[in-house]
Amino acid sequence: MSPALPPVIRSSFLLGIIALLGTALLAAVNALTHERIIEQEKHRVLQQLNEIVPTTSFNNDLLADKIEIRDETFFRHPAAVTVYRARMDGQAVAVMMIVNTPDGYNGNIRLLAGINAAGTVLGVRVVSHRETPGLGDPIEIEKSDWIRRFTNKSLHDPGPNGWAVKKDGGQFDQFTGATISPRAVVKAVHNTLLYFEANQQLLFNKPTQSPKQNE
Amino acid sequence: MSNSNLKQILADGAWRQNTGLVVLLGLCPLLAVTNTLINGLALGLATMLTLMVSNLSVSVMRKLLKPEIRIPAFVLIIASVVTVIELLMHAFFYDLFRVLGIFIPLIVTNCAIIGRAEAFASRNNPLASVVDGFATGLGFCITLVALGALRELTGHGTLLSGAAMLVGDWGQYLTLTLIPGHPGFLLAILPPGAFFCLALLIAARNALEANKAPLPKQPVTTPT
Repeated sequence: MSPALPPVIRSSFLLGIIALLGTALLAAVNALTHERIIEQEKHRVLQQLNEIVPTTSFNNDLLADKIEIRDETFFRHPAAVTVYRARMDGQAVAVMMIVNTPDGYNGNIRLLAGINAAGTVLGVRVVSHRETPGLGDPIEIEKSDWIRRFTNKSLHDPGPNGWAVKKDGGQFDQFTGATISPRAVVKAVHNTLLYFEANQQLLFNKPTQSPKQNE
Repeated sequence: MSNSNLKQILADGAWRQNTGLVVLLGLCPLLAVTNTLINGLALGLATMLTLMVSNLSVSVMRKLLKPEIRIPAFVLIIASVVTVIELLMHAFFYDLFRVLGIFIPLIVTNCAIIGRAEAFASRNNPLASVVDGFATGLGFCITLVALGALRELTGHGTLLSGAAMLVGDWGQYLTLTLIPGHPGFLLAILPPGAFFCLALLIAARNALEANKAPLPKQPVTTPT
């Protein structure tokens, strides 16, 4: 760099070079890790899905057979519900729905609920939540097996009154010191079942939005 | 650069001028992620790596960096380094990335890093700067680990839970349940517990220093 250049130009030039180097570095690292990051994300979703619906029970590309629905009356939440559909030789086996509920103690709880074609719960998992650690977080499978209680339940078992925590006269336990978190989860699963019953045809038959590559 | 000089830098960064316990910089991530030992260790290592790379880059370019563009240049360098680390973590330590989430990009705002770039790396040779980055990072990491261990032990009665996120599946056997059947001590896990535990650590460090022969240049914070 020639020392004859005025300092302002020289400094700006230097800053520009640093920015350029930084950008080049980031672009390179991004190119190197991009594939792997997408793989990891996919792997994670698939892992969660497979915990609920065993890989042997379907043979379609679960992650590709995906739709999004919105129904604020059922889910009481404006966010789109992602639905993955498991099929065996084209026959509907189950849906995996990622639903949000605003009723958590500390805002949103995101759930993954699997329902088979007969309307029976295959399993429920909490995807993310902000409940109080130690009080509300036994809804996580890592903390307690409470969430497993939904497995094999349906709209007929228990009946409409059973879909509540024990404190509200229902079938499901609350935790010591925390009623709101389990109540929110019970309600969300119940709503999801109700939606499934009312919209089963749509859930299985709605075509995937193919132009959008899913991640 | 003599050996004793490098030792001096190490001792300063890791203990005498410990970022977390003495200088009290970078408290936001320090307090927020230390609910378990592993979380603390992971953020500590990421911060240490950032410090070493950013110190090295700043030191290499120190002759070129005129005072008027010094700060933006530091920020550019640090932000690039942190983003690279974030991408790498996202790709290779996905579970850990999900736990630490927002705190990885927030390393950029850890004033300890720009502080070392300004106070040390811009005035010293690359070797000394890397050592300084290592030492400061080590000090920060030790504080994070100690705080994480203290909170995890009092809060859950375990140590090293979630080690699998860092080292792979065999890590789950590392988890030590030191207090079996611990009912859980909520306060230690929640943010207020982080302040209490940090205060205890600072007090412990001060007590240790007070018991040693008094050193003249010691910047011990006296309790008021």
